[in-house]
Amino acid sequence: MKTIALAGNPNAGKTSLFNVLTGTRQYVGNWAGVTVEKKEGWIKELPGNVIVDLPGIYSLSAQSLEEKLATAYLLEESPGALINIVDASNLERNLYFTVQLLEMGLPSVVALNMIDVAEGRGLHIDGSRLEQRLGAPVVPMVARKAKGHERLLELLKNGLDTSSGLFIPYPDDIEAAVREISQLLDSDETTANRRHSTRWLALSWLEGNETVEHTIRSEVTPELMGRMAAVRASFVATQGENLDQRIRNARYDWIGVLLAECVSQNNAVNRSLSDRIDTLILNKWLGIPIFLAFMYLVFQVTFSWVGTSLSDLIDTFFSGPLTDWVQSALTWLNSPDWFRALVVDGILAGVGGVLVFVPQIGILFLCLSFLEDSGYMARAAVLMDRFMSTIGLNGKAFIPLILGFGCNVPAIMATRTLEDQRGRMVTAFISPFMSCSARLSVYSLFVSAFFDSGKATIVFLLYLTGIVMAIGTAFVLKKFLSDDEGVFLMELPPYRAPMFKSLMLNTWDKARGFVRKAGTIIFGMSVLLWFLGNFSFSGMSPMDSSFLAQIGGFIAPVFALLGFASWQAGVSLLTGFLAKEVVVSTMAIAYASGDTGSLGTVLQGMFTPAAALGFLFFVLLYTPCVSTVAMMKRETGSWKWTLASVAYSFGVAWIVAYGVYRLGLVIW
Amino acid sequence: MRLSECKEGIKAVVKDLFMNESIRKRMMDLGLLPGTEVSVVRKAPFGGPLVVQFRGYQISFRLSEAKQIAIEAC
Repeated sequence: MKTIALAGNPNAGKTSLFNVLTGTRQYVGNWAGVTVEKKEGWIKELPGNVIVDLPGIYSLSAQSLEEKLATAYLLEESPGALINIVDASNLERNLYFTVQLLEMGLPSVVALNMIDVAEGRGLHIDGSRLEQRLGAPVVPMVARKAKGHERLLELLKNGLDTSSGLFIPYPDDIEAAVREISQLLDSDETTANRRHSTRWLALSWLEGNETVEHTIRSEVTPELMGRMAAVRASFVATQGENLDQRIRNARYDWIGVLLAECVSQNNAVNRSLSDRIDTLILNKWLGIPIFLAFMYLVFQVTFSWVGTSLSDLIDTFFSGPLTDWVQSALTWLNSPDWFRALVVDGILAGVGGVLVFVPQIGILFLCLSFLEDSGYMARAAVLMDRFMSTIGLNGKAFIPLILGFGCNVPAIMATRTLEDQRGRMVTAFISPFMSCSARLSVYSLFVSAFFDSGKATIVFLLYLTGIVMAIGTAFVLKKFLSDDEGVFLMELPPYRAPMFKSLMLNTWDKARGFVRKAGTIIFGMSVLLWFLGNFSFSGMSPMDSSFLAQIGGFIAPVFALLGFASWQAGVSLLTGFLAKEVVVSTMAIAYASGDTGSLGTVLQGMFTPAAALGFLFFVLLYTPCVSTVAMMKRETGSWKWTLASVAYSFGVAWIVAYGVYRLGLVIW
Repeated sequence: MRLSECKEGIKAVVKDLFMNESIRKRMMDLGLLPGTEVSVVRKAPFGGPLVVQFRGYQISFRLSEAKQIAIEAC
C-alpha cells in the first residue's frame, strides 16, 4: 500500500481537492494518541493507494498541535508521494510552505489551485517556468469545480521522482554551519535509508525545530547528537542573533525572485469587490448588528419560514397514511396485539416523532455551511473577538460555539482548532449551553402547543438565554483559570460564492448523522421505553402502574418547585440524558399519543403555560446528552472537568427554570 | 512608530517584531518580517482586532500584537 499525503495552507482548497480525488471513498479517524481528525481516502483511478489529508498548516516550524502532527507525519511516515496544494491567488505566502516541503526532498507535486481566481485578478502564472524553478511538477487546477486534476492523477500513476531537495541559498555563515551538521549526519549509518534531504534536516536542526530534533534523536547515536548540539551551540553563541529571521528572509527573498520571473500582472490588483463588501460587513458600527441580523435570519429560515413547514408535511405523513398502512398491514398479517402496539406506539411514534425534525436540521446546516464557505465565518470571528476576549476567549472560539447550535458533539470537537489548552477547556465547558438542534424538537412541540403568538420570539429567547449562560460561565471561569490566551490570527480569504455541491454534501452529512442517531439510539430507546411503559413486575400492565411511571415518579419530586412534578415529565428528562431528541418521543409514548400533533393537545392539559415555559428553560440548560458528555471527556481528557460540567449545568438549569416558572406565574 | 498607531490605508514597512519567540516565528512564517510592506486595512472599534494586509492577502490579529510590531511609514 502506497501513501499519498495532501498538504497545504488553510483556505488553499485542500478539502475540495480531497473530495474531488476520493469522492465518497473517505474515512475519518484520529491521529494516534491525540484527538485531531485524520481523514483518509481511496482514489478510484489509483488502486492500492491511500491518500491522507494532513491538517491545514502554514509552516513546518511547528507551533500548534496540527503543525506538530503534520511535520511528524512527513518526517516519520515518509509518504510515497506528496501533493502540495497551493492557492494561486495568494501565491507568495503559500509558496513559503511549498519551499519548505520541497526542501525536505520528498517526491512532490504542486497543485496550483484556484487558478481561475488568480486569472480573474489579472495574474498570469507561467506554470512551466515555475515547475522548472521548483524542480517539481506544477498542475494548475480549479479543485472546487473539479477541473484540472486529471493531470495530477496521471503524474501520481506514473510515479513521482524523488528529488534531492530544493536548494535555497542561505547566508554564508548559515551555509557553513549547515554543511558541518550535514557531514555529521552523513557519517551516521542510518543515512542509507533516510528519505529526507540531509541539508534540510541540518538546517532544521540548526534552527532548533523540535519535531526534527525528536526524529534525529531517535535515529542517531547519542555521541553524534552531542557533536551536532555542540556545532549548534557554538553557532548560536557567535552568529545566532536573528537566525530564525534570516532563514525566513532567505526563503521569502528566493520566492520574491521566483514570482518576479513566473508571474505577470495584467491589470491592477482586484480585491475591490471583497474589500467593498468588508467595508460594510466589518463596519465599525454596523458589523455586529449585521452579524446578529444574519443569525436571526438563519433562525427564521430554519424555524419559521422553511424548516417548520417541511416538518409539518412529514408529520402529517407519519401520523396519517403511514400509521394507517402499517396498522392494516399488521392486521392483515394477523400479528398479535402487543406486537402491533410495539410497532405503532413504540417504534413508529418514537422514530417518526424525531424524523420530522430532519428538515430543520438540514436547513440550519445549509445556512451555516453557506456562511462558512462564503468566507463570512472568518469575519464573524474577527467581529466577535473584542467581545470574546473579555470572557477570556478569542474570536475563533466563537465558531465552535456557533456549531453548538447544530449539535454539541461537533462543537466540542471543533475546540481542537483553538491553539491554547485553556481556551479549549473553557469552550468545551460552555458549548453545551448553546442550544443544539435536538433540543429544538422539544421547543417546537411546546411552543406550538402553548404559545400561539410569538413562537419565534420564545425560541429566540431560549437561544439567547443559552448564550448568556455560556458567557456568564466563561466569565466566572476566567477568574479561576490562569490567563494564557493563544494568539488570535484569522486569515480573511476573499468572499466567494459557495459551491452548491459542497453545501449539499455538508448538509447531507449532518442530516444523515442525525438520522443515524435517530435510527439507532432512539430506536433502541423507543422499544425499551415501550417495554417499560407497558410492563411492571406483574407482567403487562397499564401505563400508570408501569416501570416507567415508577421511575418517573421517583425523580419527579425534584421538579415539584418548577411546576412539572409528573412522572411523565420526570421520565422524559431522564431519557433526555441519552439524547435530547428522545424527550419528545418519550413524551409521545408516556402520554400515549401517536404523533406530535395530538401530543401537543395532551400536553396542554398536563402543563400550565408557566410550567411549560419553565420546562423549556430546563431542557435548554440541563445536563448535556451522553454523547456530548463522552465527547467532552475525550477532548478535555479530564473526568473531573466533565463531571463538573454535568453537575453545574443541572444546577443552573434548576435555578433558571425556577425563576422562569415564578415569573410566568406572575404574567399568566 | 507601532503598527497599532498606523492609520487605515497607509503603507508602512516593518522594522522589528518585539514579541515572544513562538508568536514571532509564526508571524514571520506568515510573511510578516522586518522589511515587509504592510498596511492596516481596518480597525475595529473599542480596541478590537485589526485587519492587516501584506504579501497580497489579509489577516486579522489583535491590537496587543500590533503594539509589538515596529514600523516606519513610507
